[in-house]
Amino acid sequence: MSNTYYESKDLKDFPQIGEFATKEGEKFFEYYGQATSAGALSEREKSLIALAVSHTENCPYCIDAYTNKCLSLGISNDEMMEAVHVGASMKAGVVLAHATQMRKIIKKKEM
Amino acid sequence: MKPQDQLQVLRNVEEIDHFADRLESVGKSPLRATGIDILQINVGKQCNMSCKHCHVEAGPSRTESMSKEVFEKCLAIIKERSEISTIDITGGAPEMNPHLPWFIKEVAPLHRRLIVRTNLIILLDPQYSHFVDLYADNSVEIVASLPDYKKDKTDRQRGTESFENSLAALSLLNKRGYGHPGSNLILNFVHNPVGAFLSGSQSALEFEYKKVFKDQHGILFNNLFCLNNCPIGRYLDFLIKTDNLNDYLSDLANAFNPAAANNVMCRSTLSVGWDGKLYDCDFNQMLELTINHGTPSHIDQFDLEKINNREIIIHNHCYSCTAGSGSSCQGSLD
Repeated sequence: MSNTYYESKDLKDFPQIGEFATKEGEKFFEYYGQATSAGALSEREKSLIALAVSHTENCPYCIDAYTNKCLSLGISNDEMMEAVHVGASMKAGVVLAHATQMRKIIKKKEM
Repeated sequence: MKPQDQLQVLRNVEEIDHFADRLESVGKSPLRATGIDILQINVGKQCNMSCKHCHVEAGPSRTESMSKEVFEKCLAIIKERSEISTIDITGGAPEMNPHLPWFIKEVAPLHRRLIVRTNLIILLDPQYSHFVDLYADNSVEIVASLPDYKKDKTDRQRGTESFENSLAALSLLNKRGYGHPGSNLILNFVHNPVGAFLSGSQSALEFEYKKVFKDQHGILFNNLFCLNNCPIGRYLDFLIKTDNLNDYLSDLANAFNPAAANNVMCRSTLSVGWDGKLYDCDFNQMLELTINHGTPSHIDQFDLEKINNREIIIHNHCYSCTAGSGSSCQGSLD
């Protein structure tokens, strides 16, 4: 048994995630392939979005996969880091936006 | 590292099936030649550069260079075999072979596709700058090494100022008529990843290259060929030193595409070494894996029938040509 929950070699198991639910797995991969391929947005743009989401969702597998994908597509280090900052700032914004609830409650409750 | 040591390293990579077993598992073994469409001639290992990824391990200190006698034997085969549509000249820096101008002038009237793979920068050297006119006058198709459209990455792989010098050479070629839409003077670039990762899609990268070179540098070119780095030579040294060997070979093996195996370049190519030895491809040449299985392996014993039906020599480095959409000296295989 492994000593860690996340193992980098498990990324290679991703194509097998349909195991035990084959039909759902096939539909997922069809959707995943379509959604991440070039369309109105380029493969490059979609890979940067995926890279940012990988970070905001704290997924080490996705970070590994999409960092390599971005490198393969010739995306520069500064472009990748800017994408991560978009994700980080969204996370910060989402937290701060929820403070609206806090501020409203404070204003209602305090004398 | 000696070729036999490189093969030993490749044989012992953990967590991947041997390429021969993988081919067997998808019913593609043995891999056989289909004929000679491309005659690839490596005219020597001398080069004015010493790029970090070079599978030839070429450089200024190398002395291997094709003699006129071997060139003449290549020429005789080209004249005799009309099915050879493409003559693909590579090195080292091909321009440093003193017999290349003569050979180009002999082959050009035969109206085949004649390619020279150049590092560009040598064209700025006054000793070799006449090649720009020689190439243009003989309609030589130029395939230029340009690993990235960004200066820092290109310089990291090829040396300081290599990007700026490449731009200067490309400007000369554009002025001579190369790379313009509608021109018969073809200028193609080769991209290979600057690091331990696979090449991305050729169409996506070509779009970026064209945008950057035209808009930022005023440079025109025809097509981009994307190649995965083959884990041999200096690139293998890099993979070992940076502890990337297992991951890189795993990435290649996981991206194995049986359809790409059908179309690998070695099936329709014969590769000639500087000393007249015959190989299935330029990578096998650097690993000293001559054609085999009963087929004579020197141009002096050229046996077309056996060559056309030969079994290709394979090893784990072959994964670099079957990954994803496939990789060849002519770019991706899709």
